[in-house]
Amino acid sequence: MSFLEVSNLQVSFPTEDGIVHAVDGVSFNVERGKVLAVVGESGSGKSVTSQAVMGLLNRKATKISGSVVLDGQDLLAMDEKDVRKLRGGKMAMIFQDPLSSLHPYYRISKQLVEAVRVHQNVSKSDARKQAIAMLDQVGIPAPERRIDDYPHQLSGGMRQRVMIAMALLNSPSLLIADEPTTALDVTVQAQIIELIQQIQQVSDAAIIFITHDLGVVAEIAHDVLVMYAGRVVEYAHVETLYGQPQMPYTLGLMASIPRLDRDPHVRLDPIPGNPPSLINLPSGCSFHPRCTFSDQVAGGRCSVELPELLQAGEGHLVRCHLPIEIRKSLSAETLAALQGGVL
Amino acid sequence: MTGYVTRRVLIMLLMLLVLTFAVFILFNLLPADVARLTCGKTCTPQTLEANRIKLGLDQPVIMQFWYFFKGLFVGREYYGGSAPIVCPAPCLGYSFTREELVTTLIAQRLPATIWLALGAFVFWMIGGISLGIYSALRRGKWQDKSVMGVSLIGYSLPSFFLGLVLIYVVIIQLKLLPFPKYVSPFENPAAFFQAMLLPWIVLAILYAAFYMRLTRSQMLDAMGEDFIRTARAKGLPERTVIGRHALRAGLTPIVTAAGLDLAGLLGGAIITEALFSLPGIGSLALSSVTNPDQPVIVGTVLVTSAFIIIANLIVDLLYAAIDPRVRLA
Repeated sequence: MSFLEVSNLQVSFPTEDGIVHAVDGVSFNVERGKVLAVVGESGSGKSVTSQAVMGLLNRKATKISGSVVLDGQDLLAMDEKDVRKLRGGKMAMIFQDPLSSLHPYYRISKQLVEAVRVHQNVSKSDARKQAIAMLDQVGIPAPERRIDDYPHQLSGGMRQRVMIAMALLNSPSLLIADEPTTALDVTVQAQIIELIQQIQQVSDAAIIFITHDLGVVAEIAHDVLVMYAGRVVEYAHVETLYGQPQMPYTLGLMASIPRLDRDPHVRLDPIPGNPPSLINLPSGCSFHPRCTFSDQVAGGRCSVELPELLQAGEGHLVRCHLPIEIRKSLSAETLAALQGGVL
Repeated sequence: MTGYVTRRVLIMLLMLLVLTFAVFILFNLLPADVARLTCGKTCTPQTLEANRIKLGLDQPVIMQFWYFFKGLFVGREYYGGSAPIVCPAPCLGYSFTREELVTTLIAQRLPATIWLALGAFVFWMIGGISLGIYSALRRGKWQDKSVMGVSLIGYSLPSFFLGLVLIYVVIIQLKLLPFPKYVSPFENPAAFFQAMLLPWIVLAILYAAFYMRLTRSQMLDAMGEDFIRTARAKGLPERTVIGRHALRAGLTPIVTAAGLDLAGLLGGAIITEALFSLPGIGSLALSSVTNPDQPVIVGTVLVTSAFIIIANLIVDLLYAAIDPRVRLA
């Protein structure tokens, strides 16, 4: 049994325009000390998945089914009050935009002390000491002074370090980072990723790292889950995914990463079209309207039948109608093209 | 900070000067002949002319303003009957019809107005904010819809209607309260509360309606913010998330509106005061308009506008106290 086991998670929201199927049948496992990267475009359901795990979705306004088993406890079957006690304690989360995620009117100290004291029965001054020590650990210089700053007085990178410190205060064993570097400068991004890697090595926590940047994934992840329109389309070990990506959507994501070793005159290859509406999903494979290879599938199955998520190798799941030989050759072609013909 | 406050105070004084001038000129342009009004039934051309000189009306308007303005700082004297009438600084003028200094008249009327405004303020802030939060937390449910519906009714009811209905039902039909007669709370607290309760309720209902709506929309905005999600992710109980994180974030416009509304009411709630025959600034202003008394009109308008201008400054300073991102410089 894995530390975190999510199986057949389904999340839908009723809206005025219809029901939004944000997450549809997502399953994955994360072990302690491992990093699972969840990759996909905006609206692919990766953030909703993580919020469902954290119990941050309003149970009254959303329909959630399936199971989220953390260390043997099914969070979806638990009372909301008990899930709240795990939030910020056993499981913690870091968000995308640290400026809007910190309360603008409260000092860092107050926000950190509060986080300690929800879960630990300690005095304010003890909580403050813990907070200062944690700020020091995440690399904030002069933490005993910076702790009394307001969020707007810190730089973007420092703010994200504060958010990370806040998440780590109660030594969580599951840490979810929802695009923690998206809102930051490139140089700061690298520092934050390094910090998260350090945390993973030191703390032995299970980490879910959500991103749309496949470049970051290679550095940090052990396993990768690629999501499209609320469904898992590819799930593999990181070496497998980079060595032999099979789903055309994953190939598209890879082709759209800018790389220094690529011929600068060759334009980046974006995936044509836009992510589908989650209210009116395309029939069959949700990716087929944007897929350049769907005509290679006999009988137009792509637009009619939803492909299943099937084994495509050792620990490698792919949701695609293309025959595996074609997928393998496409994979090789794309990788070769990316390397500028070196391979 | 000190530089900012000094600058704001200077600007405030300048505004008051311009305001004084505008008010003074405006009421001098009125067609009413002030000298005639002070003259009474047995008016002869001689007394009329004497009154004109007594009031300084023979001087050009600009000189009249100058005397008035000077009187604000050094006081002035009016020569009428046997002894000159001394009007010490800050002199807002002398009412010949009431034979009283304008400052004295205003000082007599101010307590009733202040008590009315403060009491109503407490009622509407507590009622408005708590119902606004309640509504926001039950957004779209029947509780939200009924609170908002009732607030719309409260918002659109004219105060004279609401006041008359309350007087009719509570005082005349149910005889729960005696007909209001204002007494100082220091003299007779019980009678004071009996007299003020209905006027407070009338004003509070009118204002609470707006604060319910404002609080509700502020809370709904705040609840959608990322830092509320962070607060939940920390594992904070929902009442802390709402009471400490969301409410704090939505407070700024509420404080602004509250400061200005309170200041406006300190200038007198004309209709409410008249309805409940409260001896406040509002009823003073009303009677000075119906029975023209130019010095009193100018005086009350000045004092009430000064309240608003000062409240504006206080609200701006409070802003910086509420939102640390606001730098006063």
